[in-house]
Amino acid sequence: MSSWLPRNVSTFGGDVDGIFWLIFYMTAAWFVLTEGLIVYFAFRFRRRVGRRAAYVTGSGWKQLSWVLVPVAVVIVLDVFLDLRGAEVWARIKGQPPPPALVVRGTGKQFNWEFTFPGRDGSFDTPDDLHVENNLHVPAGKVIHVVLTSKDVIHSFFLPHLRLKQDVVPGRQITVWFEATQPGEYEIPCAELCGFGHSGMKGMLYVHTQQDFDKWLAERLAETDALAARKQR
Amino acid sequence: MSRDFHSVHSEPSGFLRRYVFSTDHKVIAKQYLALSMFWGLFGGATAYLIRWQLARPEAEVPGWGYVSPDVYNALVTMHGTIMVFFVAMPFLLAVFGNFLIPLMIGARDMAFPRLNMLSVWVFFLASVTLLASIFVPGGPASAGWTGYPPLSAKPEYTGVDWGLNLWILALALEFASFLLGGINFLTTVMNLRAPGMTFFRLPMLVWMQLIAAVVFMISVGPLIAGAVMLLLDRIAGTTFYLPEGGGEPLLWQHLFWFFGHPEVYVILLPAFGIILDVMSVFSRKPVFGYRPIIYASLVAGFLSFVVWAHHQYISGLDPRLAMPFSVTTILISVPFSFVVFSMIATLWGGSIQFTTPMLFAVGSLGVFIFGGLTGIFNGSAPFDIYIHDTYFVVAHFHSTLISAVFFGGLAGLYFWFPKMFGRMMNETLGKIHFWLTFACFILVFGPMHLLGLGGMMRRIANPLQYDFLKPLEPLNLFITIAATVLILSQVIFVVNFVVSLVRGKAAASNPWKANTLEWATASPPPHENFEKIPSVYRGPYEYSVPGASDDWLPQDRPLADAGAAAR
Repeated sequence: MSSWLPRNVSTFGGDVDGIFWLIFYMTAAWFVLTEGLIVYFAFRFRRRVGRRAAYVTGSGWKQLSWVLVPVAVVIVLDVFLDLRGAEVWARIKGQPPPPALVVRGTGKQFNWEFTFPGRDGSFDTPDDLHVENNLHVPAGKVIHVVLTSKDVIHSFFLPHLRLKQDVVPGRQITVWFEATQPGEYEIPCAELCGFGHSGMKGMLYVHTQQDFDKWLAERLAETDALAARKQR
Repeated sequence: MSRDFHSVHSEPSGFLRRYVFSTDHKVIAKQYLALSMFWGLFGGATAYLIRWQLARPEAEVPGWGYVSPDVYNALVTMHGTIMVFFVAMPFLLAVFGNFLIPLMIGARDMAFPRLNMLSVWVFFLASVTLLASIFVPGGPASAGWTGYPPLSAKPEYTGVDWGLNLWILALALEFASFLLGGINFLTTVMNLRAPGMTFFRLPMLVWMQLIAAVVFMISVGPLIAGAVMLLLDRIAGTTFYLPEGGGEPLLWQHLFWFFGHPEVYVILLPAFGIILDVMSVFSRKPVFGYRPIIYASLVAGFLSFVVWAHHQYISGLDPRLAMPFSVTTILISVPFSFVVFSMIATLWGGSIQFTTPMLFAVGSLGVFIFGGLTGIFNGSAPFDIYIHDTYFVVAHFHSTLISAVFFGGLAGLYFWFPKMFGRMMNETLGKIHFWLTFACFILVFGPMHLLGLGGMMRRIANPLQYDFLKPLEPLNLFITIAATVLILSQVIFVVNFVVSLVRGKAAASNPWKANTLEWATASPPPHENFEKIPSVYRGPYEYSVPGASDDWLPQDRPLADAGAAAR
């Protein structure tokens, strides 16, 4: 069963999966109980000649308690689930931890555009680094991605990191994650955004810090060279 | 017992007046039935194309050809629109509400028969408009059945122009039709109940139709306003939803889901009414907790208005709003679990006869429990981060809606077919239909949850473009084959329906020995329903009353049965 969820590579992914398993065991128990009762009653009380059905109206507290007690159990479980859920939600969607790197992510029909601050560490300066579709980050660091869209609503989905956020034009929405393992992970768009929706695929490259620094330096050098050639 | 069925008022003569421009609620119900069956087949065909595209994205769909991504988007849009608005609503509300409400409360017709005729004709117009939208240049709407702007608000984002305008128009007409219907349902139940038919002697189906009508009326207003704004954005250059002009795309989502979530219960509640009625008859037992079920349904109807944002946990909403909506969403499991436990308790100690309608009713309950439980996963905000917009959601809402529309609706159709058409349906074919449908349903929508857990997004035409989805390909093929068998199984139903209509065994006025008033008149009921308006002496579910000679006591039987007089 667990193999169905893609391998988790984020710090909060385990909490999300934990909520899944919590609900899974809770609902599985109810499923077996209720469906089991239906099947049992269907056989036990099937029509037989000469036997008359019991006249049970379910009025009065005594009879109603047959259903009110299980309902009470449902309420208790609901509250428990909401409390557990609130913790996890607050951790992921509440105040994000301070970032080691901030990247801008812009959705458009039909690709992702990532902007890294250059050497000066701030955006909207000439040394900003623009990368189509590929998001490069170091592992083990808190990354903030500031999401916006140029046209329609997209959804920034990182299945392996248990992260998803709709990208809404006219808004800047910050999400964060901390990847635990270097590797390459796909970034689909999860919100219908037009005929190219299906193939709107970005890539997340999680590097070691060393590799990331190397990648960044190479890319910055490339853009420097490009800018120098333009000036000439 | 012989009866004379000549009505005081004569039936209108002439084919047009009798079958086309009829004000008779029974004819109107059948018109809705014909339209919803047409759309059901159409919607089934779109499902077939969608499933084969997903199973073999790079091959041609058998019997159709290549499905391009924009055609695929149009297919998913049309499938959702058709199934929710042109199948589920007319089938569960208009067919059963129109046919049964006057009969069950002992009335001659709806309160406003001409308004009723208008409602079906407005729905017909909506159907024509939706059909037309497929054939206009640029093709049909392709922004998803939820029509999120800005995608839906500017023609250049989808390449669809008039197709989407007509889509909005078709929906507006459809809503108008159901508003007219709802007004009629309410007024009829308020005013035309037979003597002795108090509110707490109404059959469950009537109660559920009433609650559904009220929920629909309250929820639909904001959506109509939203649809007008969307149409203005498209054709008049306004920017209600376009950020470049100061608009707000999320406004639509709030208006849409403020309507859209209650809409689910608008569909679900009438199905509950059917299931409870059918279960009571074939268990020969009263509905367990008749009044509390009504209260629980009212609570569910109310709660349905405070859960809409659970569709928007990750839409860009303030994250602090997620928890209140998560609490209300998960709390809605309370009234529903009450109803479900009561249904199960209705079976307890019964004398259960598994006719086709009963199989569909119990199957419906079984499937609804499954769909309801998977809803907990979606309702929980933190896990929704992962499964939102994946096939888990698709699997979940098909489980709940198919349990209602398909299993619940078919339970009702098999059950009331003799009353509607005066003939019995074939039981053997009915049972084969049920078991095939039930088995295939499990094989389609059970595994579909796994697609979602695997991360497969909704509305993508080609999952093979993603490496992490490639392992799901065999599962997709398996689901598609099961879905194809599921769709083909419906041929059995169509054959049974048509053949029974023409050559079925003639139905007695009360073939199932049921208590409610619709069985107190001929099958099919004459013009104006009852020879004489019946008087009502008791509640609708007096089965197996101790001391009574039969195991049923019709609502209109005047003599207090020996031993049961105390009731």
